[in-house]
Amino acid sequence: MKINVLVNGQKKIYDVLPDEYLLDTLRADHLYSIKRGCDNSSCGVCTVLFDGKPVQSCSMLSMKADGHSITTIEGHQDEAKRLSEHFGHQGADQCGYCNSSLALTVHAMKTEIEKPTEEDIKEYLVGNLCRCTGYEAQHRAIKLCLEEEDEK
Amino acid sequence: MKVVNHALPSIDGKGLMMGKPAYSDDLADPTSLIVKVLRSPHPYAKITKIDTSKASALEGVEIVLTYKDFDRRPFTRAGQGYPEPSPHDKFVLDDHVRYIGDEAAAVAAIDLKTAEKALKLIDIEYEVLEPVLDFETAFENKILVHEEPEIHDMFPIGFDPKKNLAAAYHMHVGDVDKSLEESEVIVEESFYTQAQAHVMLEPHTVNARIDYQGRLVIYSSTQTPIHVRRIISQGLDYPLSKIRVIKPRVGGGFGGKQAIHGEMLVSAVTLRTGKPSKMIYTRKEVFESSYSRHPMRFDLRLGAMKDGTLKAIDCWVVSDTGAYGEHALTVFMVAAAKVFPLYNKVDSVRFHGNVVYTNHTPAGAYRGYGAIQGNFALESAIDMLCHKLDVDPVEFRQKNMIKETETSPIFKIMGEGTEGIEMFMESCKLDYCVKRGSELVKWKEKYPRKQISNSKVKAVGMAIAMQGSGIPYIDMAAATIKLNDDGFYNLMIGATDIGQGSDTILAQIAAEALGTTLDKVIVYSSDTDLTPYDTGAYASSTTYVSGNAVLKAGKEMRQMIVDEAAKVFKVEPDEVEYDGIILKSGEQEITLKDLSNRLFYNEDQKQLQITSSYYGTKSPPPFMAGFVEIDLDIETGEVDIIDYVSIVDCGTTINPMLAKGQVEGGIVQGIGMAMYEEVLYSKSGQLITNDMMNYRIPTRREIHNLTTEFADSYEKSGPYGAKSVGEIGIDTPPAALANAIYNAVGVRITTLPITPEKILMAIKELEKGGK
Repeated sequence: MKINVLVNGQKKIYDVLPDEYLLDTLRADHLYSIKRGCDNSSCGVCTVLFDGKPVQSCSMLSMKADGHSITTIEGHQDEAKRLSEHFGHQGADQCGYCNSSLALTVHAMKTEIEKPTEEDIKEYLVGNLCRCTGYEAQHRAIKLCLEEEDEK
Repeated sequence: MKVVNHALPSIDGKGLMMGKPAYSDDLADPTSLIVKVLRSPHPYAKITKIDTSKASALEGVEIVLTYKDFDRRPFTRAGQGYPEPSPHDKFVLDDHVRYIGDEAAAVAAIDLKTAEKALKLIDIEYEVLEPVLDFETAFENKILVHEEPEIHDMFPIGFDPKKNLAAAYHMHVGDVDKSLEESEVIVEESFYTQAQAHVMLEPHTVNARIDYQGRLVIYSSTQTPIHVRRIISQGLDYPLSKIRVIKPRVGGGFGGKQAIHGEMLVSAVTLRTGKPSKMIYTRKEVFESSYSRHPMRFDLRLGAMKDGTLKAIDCWVVSDTGAYGEHALTVFMVAAAKVFPLYNKVDSVRFHGNVVYTNHTPAGAYRGYGAIQGNFALESAIDMLCHKLDVDPVEFRQKNMIKETETSPIFKIMGEGTEGIEMFMESCKLDYCVKRGSELVKWKEKYPRKQISNSKVKAVGMAIAMQGSGIPYIDMAAATIKLNDDGFYNLMIGATDIGQGSDTILAQIAAEALGTTLDKVIVYSSDTDLTPYDTGAYASSTTYVSGNAVLKAGKEMRQMIVDEAAKVFKVEPDEVEYDGIILKSGEQEITLKDLSNRLFYNEDQKQLQITSSYYGTKSPPPFMAGFVEIDLDIETGEVDIIDYVSIVDCGTTINPMLAKGQVEGGIVQGIGMAMYEEVLYSKSGQLITNDMMNYRIPTRREIHNLTTEFADSYEKSGPYGAKSVGEIGIDTPPAALANAIYNAVGVRITTLPITPEKILMAIKELEKGGK
């Protein structure tokens, strides 16, 4: 069946199967920022924004996206660049597999929570797992990025 | 130093965060056939019938493979140097399946749906065999996991499949029985460490194609591209020269991607069909059908004098390698070889035991590689001894631990599956690490405990650890540096960045040696057609072994540049001054930019390129002291980790921030192992923890504060004084936490993970006056 989806602001028509997951549909459309991790919404690397809210695309049927807007980090490249500067300086980069989805979730957090506290950040990002960094460097980077954006 | 020892941003982080295609599946041919595996539902069975005709007839199915399609050519998937210290006990496909999730057949089809449908159409019948599921009774069990006549070891490793032995080992220094007899205080305890899953976020991913020259090109999420090429060639009897393995960006490995996983079947499909194919392990397959950490039982005895002198370490170990013997011997040996030298003043040491086959998911390489298991046992027992002797655990360690310039006889006796080499500690700041750590955690103030409310106790615990820097006389690395016009360089390395940042730190070493900046060094790793040999990313080898190769290449390239300038100036090379940008001799000068352009286009034309190799003649250990502060709820048994203080001696940190990331990532993975991660099976051998809901890894919520510092240390044999740092971080948390919990409530937990239930049960026992 055909679905109409607004992907990163662009109108797209996808021909999908009834049991196809959004992760597969979007990756087939070369949106490589979305990764396959756990297959059951536990790790966060397949996160996309569904009408602005983070969802796990590995467990969402593509059909449900019909008539909705989907955002990936491909649609927020400048923000990804800004956050990655801080990741670089804090040594928060390791394998990078969770980084795109993390950047996207940080974007969503900013739209939902004004001036998030340290606890807010941890809670909001708790579903974005990372096995490499131990989280500390990521936190320093995210906090610094938020502070810098506040100052602007 | 201008580049090394500076916290420069990684060279690849930005592109990855922006979501650029970089990982194996991003680079798969979009027309790839999908390869799926029919996996055994039984822990042990013989395939008595397998009929693939219906599956093959399904529209869209390209090929169905069973054991009948392959010669019986045993190999090991371990991904080690050759000859491997692991038994050759695996076939591409076999008529026996040895664990739930083992490979029974494979299908390649035009899409996932068709492949899955075809799996169901394979008519397979099994004769279900009684499995071996308890590793403590596997040795000399009447049930044998491997009875195939073709399997063999490559050199003596204690392999004896008629006793369910994948490997066995014995070593001793001095007379342990005598030392124990002479000891005034003895501690005797058994410790159990569990299987831990790697849970790298990128599942095992591979794709293959035949290129326009008729060669097999494999893109694999691997830590060991060179070994993958060799093992594929062995397993499929296909010429090495016709295989190319490309390692794109890898989404984490932790040892889990040292072995080959989907590569063999995907290669077989592509070779037989001529079509591109790919396989991505489902998360269930990652848990069930790749491998995990070797579970072990340690029977440990320590002997000491009342004055606090450690005299003897006596240790018997049983290790469960599961259905196949990957890394069986070497992980086992590291449990002592990279732990026991911490206490080098003992009179005697004995370490021996068996690595047994069972019908569990195989065990394999995993960050820490035996050292984390051994560390939990030994460092727990050392604290038990301290309490018996009534000495402060910090003081006991300061008195008995290894110091700079010292050695341990174990280094010479125990290598990696073979004999080791004598080694003196030219860099060992363990004394500083312990002192600094106890200051930061405020040991004197907080040890052992403080009641902070009716139900909560604050306590501290600690442990020390060591690891290695590559495998001496076995690991070799090479690096190629090429000078381009305009004066920038390519650095081509076989070293395998799996996320640890080796591309960045190796470029830093090259830039420092060349006197240039990081942006002028373009890194490419690793492609078996294009990059030189490197053993791969394991055994904490990259910074030290690959780093030394890069340093050598950098220095040699610098000299080549100076030699060329000397020709331009018509002087001797030693009359040329060079700062990495401008070459001068007297009044004459030329920039590197002009020189490189001249070499390409104008005079004395040539390509400057150098390949240098390095192999370690020793493996200088990084050391660390780990201190943990916890709050323990005595009503629930819950432990809150308030701070984990790590003081690490890894020599010079090539990139202090990335080194810190290695340590902290290791600490958190170690906390997971210490506190809750556990691979669990049902009584029938079914993996219970086969998804990320049932197998939990640490989230942001559990991690409060990590304090990580580095000792000022310099290892003469390392590149710019560096040692490796990839594994050391994982080693201390199990023992440090077990010790902190003892200090909090007086209960000694000897089996990992240390769950609230275990703590609570032990508290209740203690209250009842039990052990």
